[in-house]
Amino acid sequence: MNYANMKKLRQLIIISLLYVPRLSLAQTDSLLNLIQPDNKTREYVTSAFKSSRVVNNQSLEMIGKGVLDLRILHRFGPLNSGATNLFGLDQASFRLGFDYGITKNLTVGIGRSTYQKELDGLVKWRIVQQVRGYKAFPVSIIWVSGVTANTAPVPAGENAKPISDRTGYYHELIVGRKFSDKFSFQLNPILVHRNRIPAASEDEKNEVFAMGAGLRFKLSKRIAFIADYDYVLSGLDKSIYENPLGIGIDIETGGHVFQLHFSNSAGLNENAFLTHSTNKWSKGEINFGFNLSRVFSIRKHKIK
Amino acid sequence: MRKNLMMIRNILLISALLGVFICQVKGQKVYTKNGKVTFYSKAPLENIDAVNKSATAILFTKTGAIQVSVSIKGFEFEKALMQEHFNENYLESDKYPRAVFSGNVQQNEKINYSNDGMYMVTVKGSLMIHNVSRDIEAQGKIIIVNSIPRLIAEFNVSLEVYNITIPALVANKISKTVKIAVDCNLDNVLK
Repeated sequence: MNYANMKKLRQLIIISLLYVPRLSLAQTDSLLNLIQPDNKTREYVTSAFKSSRVVNNQSLEMIGKGVLDLRILHRFGPLNSGATNLFGLDQASFRLGFDYGITKNLTVGIGRSTYQKELDGLVKWRIVQQVRGYKAFPVSIIWVSGVTANTAPVPAGENAKPISDRTGYYHELIVGRKFSDKFSFQLNPILVHRNRIPAASEDEKNEVFAMGAGLRFKLSKRIAFIADYDYVLSGLDKSIYENPLGIGIDIETGGHVFQLHFSNSAGLNENAFLTHSTNKWSKGEINFGFNLSRVFSIRKHKIK
Repeated sequence: MRKNLMMIRNILLISALLGVFICQVKGQKVYTKNGKVTFYSKAPLENIDAVNKSATAILFTKTGAIQVSVSIKGFEFEKALMQEHFNENYLESDKYPRAVFSGNVQQNEKINYSNDGMYMVTVKGSLMIHNVSRDIEAQGKIIIVNSIPRLIAEFNVSLEVYNITIPALVANKISKTVKIAVDCNLDNVLK
């Protein structure tokens, strides 16, 4: 065979090889791989936290459309109050609240606490939700505004104060991200405004600014470690008041979420736990507490 | 020598062209990205009902090979909480994002995909859910309208088999088997 023929034969073999993929279409191993994947799929990130609260603070989680969340919060007395008070269990501060999800991004809530017989109401609005995939967005951004009113009777001998003097407001921005299946983190700067403060001083202001942070770390499918902390930046006399720190676990049992935790605050709304926490972790003034959340699906989402 | 070469070339070319021709006439790959997969479970306290309208399904009409893939997070529930629990606690969709079926239409050669008609079929293959793969067999039908095959099938799966555990506290609320229904109109042809 001469050289030219060899070359031709080689060309032919190459040409015929080009047809091989065509002929091997009969293979069935990975039919799905033949379909061009949609690169425009977006996935909204959900379940960053088990519950709509971390420990004390609002979490970046929303409760869902048409869902009523009955929340019963307890904070007991300090652990170091001794055996006669059953390490704080004799004294309990309590808040009964209802949150309702009007849409997946808008929740309203009301509550009443035993501490100062406070009534509170809140609006929580998710402005942006974290998205993976096409047009991804790294964080969720949530706005929370609330009002609190002290309805305790005025002690004998004191002048009655108008309700406006017993009212406070708070506004909060939550920026958080579910980093992985297990780990979520958020920052929540918060402003509390109190219409009237007990005794104004250099340090005591109507406005209290704080920077909050919260995290969740899943230990198993149904149990997670949770912690939150608020660093008060201004407006409070730091020689009296402490920064609230809460540490605990979430236990989810299908329908219920139990949050068992230790914290140095007994207050159960943003105004109360940010501006009335006097207990010190370092002295063992730690309050055991639990949040119980039970959700009811009031309105069903049409799926067909 | 030259003659021989020419002959070899011609044979190769003809057989290759013939192969292409046969593939295009006898075997088509038809698919959809909007297949519907629903599941339903009936239990004394609570019925669970969910639908996913973005299943990907592909059928090779020549061999009857069929594959269906569905995103776990794409299932929509009536209750937001159920959807959360489904993803977080039962299917663990962050870890195992898709369920995939891969199998064959039995006695595929009896189906004439180029004419309208309806065939009762049995599909056998393996179904992977929650990273567990199990052999299954489903009864269904293939309806061909204007050369577009539509595949409808229904079957039951046991949660236990797929390592999906139900906590004791809600065990009486949730059925241990769920009925899965698939409805895919394979109206795209792979080029």
